[in-house]
Amino acid sequence: MSLPEVLAPWLDGPRAAELLFPLLALPVLALLLAPLLGARGARLLTLATLLLGLGLALAAAAALTAADAPLVYALGGWAAPLGVVLQLDGPAALMLLLTAFVLSAVGLHAARDFGVAAVGRRATLAFWMLLLGVWAGLNGLFLGRDLFNLYVAIEVLTFSAVPLVCLKGGAGQLTAAFRYLLFALLGSALYLLGAGLMLGLHGTLDIGQIAERLGGLMMAEGVDPAAADESVRMASLVAVALMSTGLLAKTALMPLHLWLPPAHGGAPAPASAVLSALVVKGSFFLLFRLWLDLVPDLRALDVGLLLGVLGAFAILLGNAMALMQERLKLLVAYSTLAQLGYLFLLFPLAGAGGPAVTAALVQVVSHALAKAALFLLAGRVLAAFGHDRLPRLDGFGRALPGTLLVLLLAGLALVGLPPSGGYLVKTLYGQAAGADAWWWRLVLDLGGLLSAAYLARILAVALRPPAPAAPGTTPKAGSRVGTLGLLVPGLLALGALLLGLLPPSLFALLDIGRADMGSATAVAEVMRTALTPAVFWSSTGPVLVVALAVMLFHIGGDSAWQRGIGAAGRELAGIEGDLREWRVAGALLLMIFLAQVLAVLP
Amino acid sequence: MTLSVTEAQLYGLCGAGLIGIGLYGAILGPSALRRLLAFNLISSGVFIVFGAIARRGGLAGGAASDPVPQALVITGLVVAFAATALAVALLIRLAALQPKTARSSPLAELAKRRYDAFDPWGGGKA
Repeated sequence: MSLPEVLAPWLDGPRAAELLFPLLALPVLALLLAPLLGARGARLLTLATLLLGLGLALAAAAALTAADAPLVYALGGWAAPLGVVLQLDGPAALMLLLTAFVLSAVGLHAARDFGVAAVGRRATLAFWMLLLGVWAGLNGLFLGRDLFNLYVAIEVLTFSAVPLVCLKGGAGQLTAAFRYLLFALLGSALYLLGAGLMLGLHGTLDIGQIAERLGGLMMAEGVDPAAADESVRMASLVAVALMSTGLLAKTALMPLHLWLPPAHGGAPAPASAVLSALVVKGSFFLLFRLWLDLVPDLRALDVGLLLGVLGAFAILLGNAMALMQERLKLLVAYSTLAQLGYLFLLFPLAGAGGPAVTAALVQVVSHALAKAALFLLAGRVLAAFGHDRLPRLDGFGRALPGTLLVLLLAGLALVGLPPSGGYLVKTLYGQAAGADAWWWRLVLDLGGLLSAAYLARILAVALRPPAPAAPGTTPKAGSRVGTLGLLVPGLLALGALLLGLLPPSLFALLDIGRADMGSATAVAEVMRTALTPAVFWSSTGPVLVVALAVMLFHIGGDSAWQRGIGAAGRELAGIEGDLREWRVAGALLLMIFLAQVLAVLP
Repeated sequence: MTLSVTEAQLYGLCGAGLIGIGLYGAILGPSALRRLLAFNLISSGVFIVFGAIARRGGLAGGAASDPVPQALVITGLVVAFAATALAVALLIRLAALQPKTARSSPLAELAKRRYDAFDPWGGGKA
């Protein structure tokens, strides 16, 4: 029998759902095996497992496409509510694929940097095991349908992500890791309380079963306004608001972002890439499940608007702060905060159906690819110069031309030039907003222009003539940044930049298991006009103008209006610094919870 | 007028009170260790709420306590324990790196005695 014949029952037959279990078990088994193999073995085992997992994720996506309906696997044959059910739908399959792909790419890139010879046995073993832990947590999050199981998965994710922050073990990194852990723990306590209330209200933790019951209550509302049903519905929505608040803290949606810049800015570059590209998306995905799958009708509530306003705030403030950062890695970290904001525009716009959901999922992919590339490139700059402070990196483009080029490619994907993923996101969100809600489109366009501004700032620094020899302005002697290390970032950046050129039929994967989505036709519609001169220049022109202005600003001298802009920037940075105070962030957490409760109650 | 409160309600109120105290301490606590302990208070409060839910008989619905929330609490305890252990390990390491602030703190003592000897994978350079 040939290989396709052997695999047939799993790929398009009755056994397709059995693929879900190994996707969950593989990383956990490898994680348990790794310490027995020692540091060298752990690296090899992780890389091999990741490639195997990528194959499994591809097989699961193929099986899902063949079945054209969600795959459901009840562990041990026990059905919900007592058993735990794994379910794979279109968005989950996309996330599984993305996670396996980005982790494999980052793993291959980091294979040399995180070896015994480079960082020692202890850090090597820790890094590869933590990578497996992140993967196990994420896969659990994507496949889970049980609120408590999802809690365990998100804790596995957090406990793997926190030590990644402090692999170097310096005081700064340890402080950042502790701050991250404690804020994440506050979030998980709120989430767990919400899950417990759900169990008490409905006697089940299965998202599908709760959604059915809530849907029933909403239906009954018009027919028979029984007071008991109404109170159960209200209490359920408050429980969702609790869980949502906890997850917002873990996703670092501004203004709950106090932990993200130091954590992502201080971690080793491959770890930052994983944290920024994947880990924060895990808790976002759970928010997606809660508000879109568990709550029957998001349109009837004001909470979508609240989340959207926070997202818009994150887009504007995050990009503005990125523009002002001195360190390249912090710049990239603030850009992550802004890009997370785009995800939250889903909630006010999802009411219109398809395009907004497609846009949010494309944004997850596009940002993950571009941001992983950017962090790996920042790591190259750091390795070559020994620091990443932009004021002392004048002319780094001459020393690292390839790095600069790939950095610009990844940046353009974030700015959203056609045919990048960012362009798809903006256009699809624009369609979902419609003609009336022009303010969402304004936020999207401003965000793109601000991204272009910080990209132009990096370019201006890179092209300036190098300063006369001072420590840190020239590459360190003997620093090892070969051109081979550009392979993975280049691949990731090109992936983000050319996302729109994928055959639109591939996007149909996102629709499986979700009603009223037409991703394939929506994407085909957007891309049909994207590369016509009129559309191309109307989106590229403003970006070029802003980029030119920023470069002139940086090259030009020191006039009064330039000092004025600098002073305004410092003012804004002061306010943002206040938001990152622990007590302020804690109070904001409670306020956002109260605001969500007010928004879900009639 | 008599105020009648069932056991489950009393437990639920206790849990809510603990969560409130814990949130206060976690947000306004003066030191990292105090905030961590406050998180443990919140967790205990949440577990007590789970207990109250079990007593109300969610899934089983009868007179007996529902075993499902109890099983969840056991898992939750393990997770909270692991979280606390990780956080304390970070604090001990931090105390070892900051000799100035740490001179008088119990964490620093712990760091001096334990951390140097603690190397789970033996002989590796950091």
